[in-house]
Amino acid sequence: MRTKVGSKLRLGSAAIVISLLWSVTGLAQESHIGNLTGNARRGKALYVRYCIFCHGSEGDGRGESASYLDPKPRDFTKAVFKCRSTPNGSLPLDSDLYDTISRGIHASGMPSWKPLLRQERVDLVAYIKTFSSAFQEEKPGAPVVIPPEPANSAESIRRGAELFQNMNCWSCHGKDGRGHGPSAATLTDSKGYPVTPFDFTSGSRFKCGETDRDMFRDLTTGLDGSPMPSFADAMTADQRWDVVHYIRSLNAPKGHSKLKAELKTP
Amino acid sequence: MRFVTFQKIGMQLVGLGILLAGMQPAYGIPAFARKFGLPCSACHEAWPMLNNFGQTFKDNGYQLGNDRDAPIYQDPGYWPIMFRTTPVWHRENNNRQTVDRVPGDPGSGLVEASVSTSGFDLGGVDAIAAGTLSKNISFFVQPFFGNSGVAITQAWARFDNLLGSHWLNVKMGKFELDEPISQERLLTLSNSGGLYYNYFFTPPGDNNFFQGIGFTQLGVEVQGHSDNDYTRYSLAVVTNSNGQTGLPSSNTYDLYANFNKAFEARWFGRQEAGVYGYFGESPTYFLTQNGNPIPGTGQGNRSFYRIGAYGHWYVNKFDFYTFYMHGSDNVFLGNAVPSNHPELLPPGAVGPTWNGGFIEGHYNPTPRWIVLGRYELTRMSRQANPGIPDNAGNLDTWTVGYRWYPIMNPRAGLAWTQEFSRINNIGAAPLSSQDAIRNSLMMGFDFDF
Repeated sequence: MRTKVGSKLRLGSAAIVISLLWSVTGLAQESHIGNLTGNARRGKALYVRYCIFCHGSEGDGRGESASYLDPKPRDFTKAVFKCRSTPNGSLPLDSDLYDTISRGIHASGMPSWKPLLRQERVDLVAYIKTFSSAFQEEKPGAPVVIPPEPANSAESIRRGAELFQNMNCWSCHGKDGRGHGPSAATLTDSKGYPVTPFDFTSGSRFKCGETDRDMFRDLTTGLDGSPMPSFADAMTADQRWDVVHYIRSLNAPKGHSKLKAELKTP
Repeated sequence: MRFVTFQKIGMQLVGLGILLAGMQPAYGIPAFARKFGLPCSACHEAWPMLNNFGQTFKDNGYQLGNDRDAPIYQDPGYWPIMFRTTPVWHRENNNRQTVDRVPGDPGSGLVEASVSTSGFDLGGVDAIAAGTLSKNISFFVQPFFGNSGVAITQAWARFDNLLGSHWLNVKMGKFELDEPISQERLLTLSNSGGLYYNYFFTPPGDNNFFQGIGFTQLGVEVQGHSDNDYTRYSLAVVTNSNGQTGLPSSNTYDLYANFNKAFEARWFGRQEAGVYGYFGESPTYFLTQNGNPIPGTGQGNRSFYRIGAYGHWYVNKFDFYTFYMHGSDNVFLGNAVPSNHPELLPPGAVGPTWNGGFIEGHYNPTPRWIVLGRYELTRMSRQANPGIPDNAGNLDTWTVGYRWYPIMNPRAGLAWTQEFSRINNIGAAPLSSQDAIRNSLMMGFDFDF
């Protein structure tokens, strides 16, 4: 009888120790996308298979191929993410991380991982969150509100062009949006690595999504960890839409050529 | 004494376990990793077998689609070249080899004997150059350096994402058909287990120039796929030459089509099912000069086809290939009779038909380990000549093995592989008509760099 009680106590203690270890190591972390729940333990196995070479075993962005990559892989230990739907300086939603994994980051070494199962991508989100205690200590911010897009008119583009100048967007992105403004050569990210401002004339695929709503969101949240600030306070929603329309016009090869010529005329 | 021995073995196993557990992933700087920064395990479930990400990468023309695909982003000193070779030790046994009763005396008569051979060996060297020539133009060149010379296994160029769509890609050259399960990416290497027999099956007495979908073919392929590769199709028109250059057969073209669809099954993983078919015509005789066939002048074409279905089913860390094939050859092909001499057909001659298939299971706990087993069978359902025994040509094959990858990346992959395979050609012993059984035991290295 005594032996049985002792045995049960030992089993109970072992279970508690294992639970503590489980939570301390962060592998109890979960993620939630729709009706899917991510499991960090499964995510770890996937991370080792797919991600470790760039992002490193510690998630610090110092994997073996990191030195060959430009831009550098994300350092997950800082819990700072460019592509978010949450306000500047706040943690991303699970869905933000999921979307980034699924979409990839254009013009970087990060491919689209859409060929992976949805469950696998959700598991990866859960594991990525284990690299920083911030995900256990803080809640992500509330998603920013994206109002309906007004009509993309010549007038809106003209206003956007003026804002592009007045808000000093040109100092990084250049007067013509090609990414070689006077400040461009001096820009670094939060880890001190040089960064290149986006060339808006190079195409319609932006780092955090391709749609007008994605661009509006980027202007609103900023790209944390990069010099790109949030313009949520500096511009009204309508003004941000105007800037979106202007940026779109920079990559419109035919339809807006006349307008672009007009805009360049003093 | 016995305890001491077990204790010693136990200590050695513990030591080996510690050694293995202490080994860090040996990621090097592979060719593709230098270009894309990804480990080999990103594309391979277990090298060389692709996972869905790798299949998507391949179907995209070796492009990730993140604007880092064109060669202009590469170091000018970079050449996308790899070599693959497999130094192994193996033992082969044939239980009913036909031999002279007295060695060296052909007049002593033939008998069947069990013959075994073993030793270190080298199959040859594959050289592979692959990548992008430009954005949306990819290439693949694979010469094979074997004991009997150099052969071009594959050489093709492909125009990818035509009209900006994943659904339209055109490839031309010598290539592996979009097979249900890639023969070129087979995990097994032994003499008896190193191929899918159904891919190369020819019925007894058949002289079809086409030898099977396992051979790389010369032609043009149109292929397309969805963003995540869950839906794929391919359509290939190939010359009826069995992949041989120089137009050795005739002026006919064969058609190959493949379609597959995958879906996610919660708790299990990715599930994929597909159908395929190869339809062609092959010559039954050639024009001759002084009685000798003139290459490329095949005449009297007769039809044949191979059709079937397949699947790839995941159950967490386990996955299973299932494959089915039905084959049929025209009566003239099946009886090796020129179609201009129908009188030579034996009484009761018909076109041979057969069915075959295999199931192959993998247990893949980590990117560095894979355990596999396969059972394959072929059954004749109708012999071309009623005089041929019903079961002639039937075969059963079993293969078990594992592969361990201490180094695994595209530039420098190293696998230790061990496998045992057994093939039973039912009733194929030439003298006794009993089962001819071949056993292969193989272990060695499979590496590329």
